Amino acid sequence: MTSKTGPKGLSRRQLLLRASAAGASFVIGSGFIAAKDAAWASETAALKPETFATLVQMARDIYPHDRIGDEFYVIAVKGYDDPASAEDIEAGIEALDAAARGKGHASYLDTGWERDRVDILRGMEESAFFQTIRGGLVTGLYNQKAVWPVFGYEGESYSKGGYIDRGFDDINWI
Amino acid sequence: MSAPFDLNDDTVVVIIGTGAGGGVLANELAQKGVSVVALEAGGRYLPDDYINDEWDSFGQLAWTDPRTTSGDWRVAKDFSGLPAWIVKAVGGTTIHWAGASLRFQEHEWKAKTAYGDVLGANLLDWPIDAAEMAPWYDLAEDKLKVTRTGGRDGLPGNNNFKVFEAGAKALGYEEVHTGRMAINSAEYDDRLPCQQTGFCFQGCKWGAKWSAAYTDIPRGEATGNLEVRDNSHVARILHDDSGKVTGVEYFDKDGNLQLQKARIVCVAGNSFESPRLLLNSASPMFPDGLANSSGQVGRNYMRHMTGSVYAVFDKPVRMWRGTTMAGIVQDEARHDPSRGFVGGFELETLSLGLPFMAAFLDPGAWGREFTSALDEYENMAGLWIVGEDMPQETNRVTLNHDVKDRWGLPVANVNFSDHPNDRAMRDYAYRKGAEIYDAVGATRTFPTPPYPSTHNLGTNRMSEKARDGVVNKWGQTHDIANLFISDGSQFTTGAAENPTLTIVALAIRQADHIARQMSSGEL
Ligand SMILES: Cc1cc2nc3c(=O)[nH]c(=O)nc-3n(C[C@H](O)[C@H](O)[C@H](O)COP(=O)(O)OP(=O)(O)OC[C@H]3O[C@@H](n4cnc5c(N)ncnc54)[C@H](O)[C@@H]3O)c2cc1C
Ligand code: SF4
Repeated sequence: MTSKTGPKGLSRRQLLLRASAAGASFVIGSGFIAAKDAAWASETAALKPETFATLVQMARDIYPHDRIGDEFYVIAVKGYDDPASAEDIEAGIEALDAAARGKGHASYLDTGWERDRVDILRGMEESAFFQTIRGGLVTGLYNQKAVWPVFGYEGESYSKGGYIDRGFDDINWI
Repeated sequence: MSAPFDLNDDTVVVIIGTGAGGGVLANELAQKGVSVVALEAGGRYLPDDYINDEWDSFGQLAWTDPRTTSGDWRVAKDFSGLPAWIVKAVGGTTIHWAGASLRFQEHEWKAKTAYGDVLGANLLDWPIDAAEMAPWYDLAEDKLKVTRTGGRDGLPGNNNFKVFEAGAKALGYEEVHTGRMAINSAEYDDRLPCQQTGFCFQGCKWGAKWSAAYTDIPRGEATGNLEVRDNSHVARILHDDSGKVTGVEYFDKDGNLQLQKARIVCVAGNSFESPRLLLNSASPMFPDGLANSSGQVGRNYMRHMTGSVYAVFDKPVRMWRGTTMAGIVQDEARHDPSRGFVGGFELETLSLGLPFMAAFLDPGAWGREFTSALDEYENMAGLWIVGEDMPQETNRVTLNHDVKDRWGLPVANVNFSDHPNDRAMRDYAYRKGAEIYDAVGATRTFPTPPYPSTHNLGTNRMSEKARDGVVNKWGQTHDIANLFISDGSQFTTGAAENPTLTIVALAIRQADHIARQMSSGEL
């Protein structure tokens, strides 16, 4: 049977990812609106930069976590910046902007307050576009190992010998 | 003859599926000297292969071949192509399972007698009872090294359990403990004690939890009487003009159709695939599918009345650390119709990692009501409700001829709607779960809807009379003497308890019966 392996410790890469996640969560506070000229937005491959920036804002408005930086939302939707999906995404974002205009805003990105953007999203939550984006975020956002520390989740534990000597029963307030 | 066996060897017992039912049956028969060919649709994965990561593990082990859904259950909307969360691998869902191992209560073997007529429910008494099953349960508990049985200690309580225990005791519950678990509390069976890694659902990398994958299967193979062919998907069971089954057709590793002859065929593909296989084996002699003279094949699908309650506290809990399900309150398992429903339920500790919590806490939800809950993940405690649900004829597995799998075979459609008794029990259990956490200062509690089914039961049920079900008290089909059902689909009713200990006990008992019938020449 499997023998008890010794704790391996975190790899350099994992440590770096954790460090950047923790740093980002302090640098970028709540209410940060994705800027059209942000570096990652102008580097789009298949989508218009504005479209991608709108998509990132939409992602944050669907699953807003004030302690998670924009880069994680970027990673979560980056897969749509692809020729195969570009047409659908452009059309979906165009519909989103049209809905924003219908409520008196210049565009979704120019809708200044989260409350107003959420109101726009509520109006289209049954649409296939919204459901695709929301469904994709469930894994796209929450399955990024680098965001887990923000939630306290510790992930893989076997290589560290489990929690038998690391606090599986360390609760002290009950 | 010893393994490997020839395709034309018609003296072998063929077992389809190697999970709790099939894996145990295969080993038990092999130990008795019976030649067995076990065909398993999935691949082989051992503790070194298991992954401490929810989605990666799901991708490695879960059954994701197409299925379709209908009915008013929320799973049909939120996870329409994934009615069940089960495994496709050698060892079956015993790789994923949490290890909770409980015997049925005496009255649960006789649900129809105990509960009387329940409108809309197709209740029936099992043709066996607690006294008949007691020695087989003893053997099953010893095989699985179940804690708090056979003189074995319980597991230590983790953080999630401590919160649960304090709340339950504050409410006055008395039967509160760390469960009867098929997880080693000390070194038994050449397997390590639990190391509290907290990934019981992803396969235990220490081998502390019992799984057929690394116990019964290799032990059966070591006898030389068992050959397990992995990546072998059975498509059809064949029969002769006398109506006896003669072998099975399956797609092998390379996608080639093979025919394995057999003296006896045992079906153990879990409660969707087993009836699907009988239905897909329809022939001019059996136009409604094999063993289906009662019309009950695929019907009475049960999935347990389930749900979860998660609670947030003002301080950290870190529920994911340690065993996933070692904690139970049994006080509500009794039958007490004054609560507004028949049958009972168990409350068991449960934890999901962050990725699964995001997927299952409130499927489809978005916005701050949802994200503010996840923000408190570190301060959450959780429990799972598992109770008896009512068998209904219309909750059933049928063939969906419009959707084919990669072999061109019609897939299973799973139709399910809650019975009013299921709903009444769930509402009551949600309230009790919330009260447990409120009693120790929860600041917010969430009723979480049932996940894709982990317990799948009843679609080839056991009955005394041939007209009421598919198999007799040995799991032998009423219609075809050398065709057996060996998994959870035999269940006549579901009882409140997690099913696997009972599946294992029935498989050990069935092996004994088959071996006796073979040596007496009856089979
Ligand atoms: C996350 C999770 C937690 C659980 N926790 C518990 C618990 O704590 N306690 C408990 O009692 N139960 C638990 N269960 C349930 C338990 O795992 C099942 O009840 C049990 O494994 C069912 O046994 P089975 O033999 O019916 O099917 P399975 O164990 O699912 O085995 C069926 C096998 O048949 C194979 N198969 C299907 N069709 C074919 C075909 N056509 N050809 C070849 N092979 C085929 C499948 O690939 C599979 O390997 C849990 C389940 C899950 C998913
Ligand atoms: S908590 Fe225990 S039983 Fe569960 S996976 Fe870890 S070592 Fe295995």
